[in-house]
Amino acid sequence: MQLLEQIVAHYNHWITIFLMVSGLYIVIARGNMVKKLVGLSLFQTSVYLLYISPGKILGGTAPILDDKFTVYSNPLPHVLILTAIVVGVATLALGLALVIRINEAFGTIEEDELFGEQEEN
Amino acid sequence: MISAHYPALQVVIPLLGAVLCALVRRGSIAWLVALTVSWIMPVIAAAMLWQVLADGPISYALGGWEPPWGIEYRVDALSGFLLLLVSGVGAVIMPYARTSVASEIHASRQAWFYTMYLLCLAGLLGMAITGDAFNVFVFMEISSLATYTLIALGKDRRALLAAYQYLIVGTIGATFYVIGVGLLYSVTGSLNFVDIAGKLDAIENTRPLLSALAFLTVGISLKLALFPLHVWLPNAYAYAPSAATSFLAATATKVAVYLLLRFFFTVFGAGFVFETLPVSNILLVLSIAAMFGASIVAIFQDDIKRMLAYSSVAQIGYITLGIALANQSGLTGGIVHIFNHAMMKAALFLVLGAVFYRIGSVHIDSLAGIGRRMPVTMASFVIAGLSIIGAPGTAGFISKWYLAVGALEKGWWWLVFLIVLSSLLAVVYIGRVIEIAWFRTPSEACEGVQEPPPMMLVPIWIFTAATIYFGFFTDLSAGIAGKAAETLLGGLK
Amino acid sequence: MTDANLVSLALIIPAAAAFLIPIFGRWKNVRETVTLIAAGLLFIDVIALLMRVLDGAQPETAGFEIIPGLPLVFKVEPLGMLFGVVASTLWIVNSVYSIGYMRGNNEPRQTPFFMCFAIALSSTIGIAFAGNLITLFLFYEILTLSTYPLVTHKADDNARAGGRVYLLLLLGTSTVLFLPAIIWTWVLTGTTEFTVGGILAGKADNLTVGILLGLYVFGIGKAALMPFHRWLPAAMVAPTPVSALLHAVAVVKAGVFSVMKILVYIFGIDFLSASGQNQWLIYIAGATILIASLVAMTKDNLKARLAYSTVSQLGYVILGAALANSMAMIGGSMHIAMHAVGKITLFFCAGAIYTAAHKTEVSELAGLGRKMPFTFAAFFVGALSIIGLPPFGGLWGKWYLALGAIDSNQLAMVAILMISSLLNIAYLLPIPLKAFFGKAPGNPGSVGMQEAPLPCLIAIGLTSMGCIILFFYPGFILELLQLIDIR
Repeated sequence: MQLLEQIVAHYNHWITIFLMVSGLYIVIARGNMVKKLVGLSLFQTSVYLLYISPGKILGGTAPILDDKFTVYSNPLPHVLILTAIVVGVATLALGLALVIRINEAFGTIEEDELFGEQEEN
Repeated sequence: MISAHYPALQVVIPLLGAVLCALVRRGSIAWLVALTVSWIMPVIAAAMLWQVLADGPISYALGGWEPPWGIEYRVDALSGFLLLLVSGVGAVIMPYARTSVASEIHASRQAWFYTMYLLCLAGLLGMAITGDAFNVFVFMEISSLATYTLIALGKDRRALLAAYQYLIVGTIGATFYVIGVGLLYSVTGSLNFVDIAGKLDAIENTRPLLSALAFLTVGISLKLALFPLHVWLPNAYAYAPSAATSFLAATATKVAVYLLLRFFFTVFGAGFVFETLPVSNILLVLSIAAMFGASIVAIFQDDIKRMLAYSSVAQIGYITLGIALANQSGLTGGIVHIFNHAMMKAALFLVLGAVFYRIGSVHIDSLAGIGRRMPVTMASFVIAGLSIIGAPGTAGFISKWYLAVGALEKGWWWLVFLIVLSSLLAVVYIGRVIEIAWFRTPSEACEGVQEPPPMMLVPIWIFTAATIYFGFFTDLSAGIAGKAAETLLGGLK
Repeated sequence: MTDANLVSLALIIPAAAAFLIPIFGRWKNVRETVTLIAAGLLFIDVIALLMRVLDGAQPETAGFEIIPGLPLVFKVEPLGMLFGVVASTLWIVNSVYSIGYMRGNNEPRQTPFFMCFAIALSSTIGIAFAGNLITLFLFYEILTLSTYPLVTHKADDNARAGGRVYLLLLLGTSTVLFLPAIIWTWVLTGTTEFTVGGILAGKADNLTVGILLGLYVFGIGKAALMPFHRWLPAAMVAPTPVSALLHAVAVVKAGVFSVMKILVYIFGIDFLSASGQNQWLIYIAGATILIASLVAMTKDNLKARLAYSTVSQLGYVILGAALANSMAMIGGSMHIAMHAVGKITLFFCAGAIYTAAHKTEVSELAGLGRKMPFTFAAFFVGALSIIGLPPFGGLWGKWYLALGAIDSNQLAMVAILMISSLLNIAYLLPIPLKAFFGKAPGNPGSVGMQEAPLPCLIAIGLTSMGCIILFFYPGFILELLQLIDIR
């Protein structure tokens, strides 16, 4: 029972791990370039959770100074993750732009077809 | 005093310059902006390094907010060395880039090249100068995104694929890095390198620290192109525009090595990293695999740019070998090779860019007989090639000497033989190019070509001369590397 | 002129020539004059140094540190002085010969040829005057690299293949064996300086001495000790002036000189013989002498025969070093000089034969002596010197070597010396004899003399006279060698 309690108590980490692994799996296993980018975003999202969820202090209130409260949730992870989200969005945008150009240049965005092309080169 | 703000200016000026380039439509004006900015950078870096060597580390609180709550820019012997290297390389390549970029990139996109170049420069300089772990991530991604674009600007359409592949791998690496930082933050509550190092002593449960170290190492190794995480590098270097390849080969992986050094020695401490974990053995095995595997693959490449890319992977193996040795001589060898390899590879890739400019190809068959048509250019290929081989009188010899001494000091005489044996492999792949360049009758591609214009030749010869100069006058290279190694090994732990 | 300046000049003069030659490349006569003047100036400078060394001085330059504790420094001691004299004297003669040969054969790309030659000579002087191992190594490698374009000068497939063997063997041995030996020595003793009595005493046990000896001796591939000798026959694809000066004098002598110098000044003769590790080296040297002579007998190509003869003769010098006593060492060092003069004569003749008669195989030479009497007479003289008969200089080297072998009680080696001399007769003497007394193959053709170009003949004359002179006046060499402090 204690073990099960411990596992359930860390549910935020389990979700993080699940997202992380599934994101990575999609990147590796899927040949379509857009799908790879989706997997990448999923992977990055898991990291956001990794930072933010410990930031919420159980029993803490919103991080606005007030005399009535002594325990506040940590605002710093949110700041960091805002930055990370921006980076993630920029990466996704760049990735998608590349995919469009690849489509223009090669006529396909499937990796197996592209590798076939490469071998012929 | 403006000099008090040098650390901030080191990063802000190229950022602003990049914005300026983005607003400009014409390639030649963008080049002028980039030239001015990139020539100011080494001046600032040199001034800071001078001060550090005289007075000790510089600590600059960005925005006036004191660390560990504010972001700190921290320049010590190692980061100052890196800053000078990156800014110096960026400055020397800029005059070359004008002709090279004009011929390789379409007129409408040339201004974007310079924008991305400056962004990449800003990102790399920021990575080297900052003392805050998350700030490193921000700059890492700035430089990486700029790099992906730089690569994608290459002439061959496979550059797009190379950029995409690098994007996927690089982002995974950066994300691993962030995971590592997140774990460190959750355990210590701080993001500042010095502060984290201070707090790590008190931690009893080392499991999150070990996972943090693992994620950080793998993430940085992806950026480093440590074997076997190097797969993105050959394509990226082969298809990017010549000036970009030269710049990236000399700087991007080197700054990643710097990060590794920072985390291993300053944050975690040599004791934790090398004694509690078999990091030394793992790095040793991977370095040797890189040195031999990549060199052997290089021998069979027909695309010479690709060959040099594999050579880079092998040379990075030498650098990480120095880290794996983790003693004064070995670490000095690794750090000085950061510098020496940057000089050699920049020269070699610039030579190839000049060849490409003249004959439109870097395939080994097109290079037949080119030694007779472009003797000055190919002479510098020979000299830089000799440095890769590690012939005495060149900078490469100095690195190999320190690495061998470091290995002998640990009693690993077999490693000395492995180091020198892999140099022989370099003889084969460099010798192959030299044979074809001088021994075959000139191909049709080589008919009527002459030397590239002076704006391209001068940067090539600056790097080549540096390769010879730093084979004899090692105060600036090995001397500073030695000091850096001392501080790293002495460490905060 | 201070000592240090004289030493520096010895290096600068050929280097300056290498710089000037490409500038004057278009004016052929000016270009050749540069070479000749440089060779002459170098000779004067070296003789000036010789005077000082014979007085007991050891001119040196200040060291320049490339790594803390690792300086580049030059110090002229008697053994190096001997090598320097040999190299610089023969450069003059060889330059005269080269001019005749290159123009006689209408060789292309003469400017890079003469430029690389000058660089090679500069590095040879660097090796001769090196004050420590790292300086020696630097110039040793420069010598390999600068002679590669010379070896592959013909730029055809043969040259390329030969060049590959040459480069890979020499660079391979020096990188994989020689360099680790130097680094190991440095880590053991903290210095690489050539010191009287050696630097290893007390710092290395017998096993270490044995392994280090092996690394050095096989790492110095230029000494052509078997089994790393293949580069020398491979280098015969080079034009004959290259084979003459470099592969009879500069490169190979640089190899055996380095071995001798290391054995005397890094190991120390007394320390080496006390450790007993020189024994296996004696056997390998002896084996090289015999096997190479046997192979030489089977070679029909004249230059290949001479190449294997060189491998065998180099074994003599190594034997002299390995026997580890003063008599043997003097014998080996003398042989550096005597063999150089003798072999260069033989190679000059081979080149003359090629230029005048376009023949390269020994079997084709029958009867040629009547058309080229001067050349074959010189060949006869050179051959006798190599065989070691009086009145030719080669005798002295073998004489002292035999004495040294007896000194060390290595009677087997005395036997090998004698057998080898017999073999020398077998593969060298038939050549001039058949040339004079044999029947020319095919139709008799024209009967008149058709000698090589005049500059070649002058050079041949000078060196063959040298063989004779050195028999009667070996004094200054002996005087020089006796100055070496052997401990």
